[in-house]
Amino acid sequence: MSEKNTRNQQATSQQNWMLVIGVVVLAVIPLAFVRGEYGGSDDQAEKAITEIQPGYEPWFKHFFEPASGEIESLLFATQAALGAGVIGYAIGLYKGRSQSQQSDDKSPLE
Amino acid sequence: MKARNRKLVSLGLMAGLSCYIVLASATPAAAMHISEGFLPVQWAAFWWMVALPFFVVGLRQITHITKEHPELKLLLALAGAFTFVLSALKIPSVTGSCSHPTGTGLGAILFGPSVMAVLGALVLLFQSVLLAHGGLTTLGANMFSMAIVGPFAAYFIYQLLMRTGSQRVAIFCAAAIADLLTYVVTSMQLALAFPAASGGFMASFLKFVGIFAITQVPLAISEGLLTVLVWNWLHSYGQPELETLKLLKQES
Repeated sequence: MSEKNTRNQQATSQQNWMLVIGVVVLAVIPLAFVRGEYGGSDDQAEKAITEIQPGYEPWFKHFFEPASGEIESLLFATQAALGAGVIGYAIGLYKGRSQSQQSDDKSPLE
Repeated sequence: MKARNRKLVSLGLMAGLSCYIVLASATPAAAMHISEGFLPVQWAAFWWMVALPFFVVGLRQITHITKEHPELKLLLALAGAFTFVLSALKIPSVTGSCSHPTGTGLGAILFGPSVMAVLGALVLLFQSVLLAHGGLTTLGANMFSMAIVGPFAAYFIYQLLMRTGSQRVAIFCAAAIADLLTYVVTSMQLALAFPAASGGFMASFLKFVGIFAITQVPLAISEGLLTVLVWNWLHSYGQPELETLKLLKQES
């Protein structure tokens, strides 16, 4: 039973690495092969709107805009960091819990 | 002495890496979602009206879940954090522009679609208030595409595919298609508000789909892969939670 479990776990962790590699490859391929400006797709949409309706003016402005591109990337990085922190915490807690349960199961036998 | 050296080296590496990340980050451009003020007033109001009921139902659903199973709060936080991370990641795509995934599929599969209406709305609110990305007036429309249509699509695709085949394939397809569909809906919303002078709705829909959806295809695949990754972790370590949610498939 436990042998089967460890084998299952190994297979899953291999699969996990493949998943991560897949995501990285998908992000790198366009950078390597496509020459583009890599602007945002919503900026393009704004341009398309002004093409369809040349007179259109946005009728509402943001209350707050990041002072510069650097500040904006700081805020985006903060967002990602907060989220990743929570995910890491939750998965870590679950992992610790299931490991301590496993060792509890084992100890009476030893 | 040796330990100290090692510490210094790792500190140097960390500093170097941080510098590299800050300096090398491409010139930022807000990606996707409908920008502030870019929907005419009547459409902005219309999408707000459509989105609000889902938000209310979702809130109720969340209070129900946390009351019934307080131990699921952490998993709820994880589902929210997943969309939080994914919608902060602007990834280059084959069209030579950038876009970001939505990450709403995971939570929809775990907790049902209406819960994601709330979590997705929180992410969109954060981005529109602090990052000037998306907008308050267009929040209703963006909620409808990312926090409502996406999760509902994910949920139903998952349920449909679970009957036929492997759970991981079902999760992958659900997350990827939900991601893609979010931007098809965005294109539809823009086309409804801005029909082309010649060709009307269809002409401008195709134009916006060309901008949003094609950029999104590789990202949708990435989102599917990442969702399966987190699912694998939950499957290995979060069995009790998945059992509570009745998400464990009988495996031979």
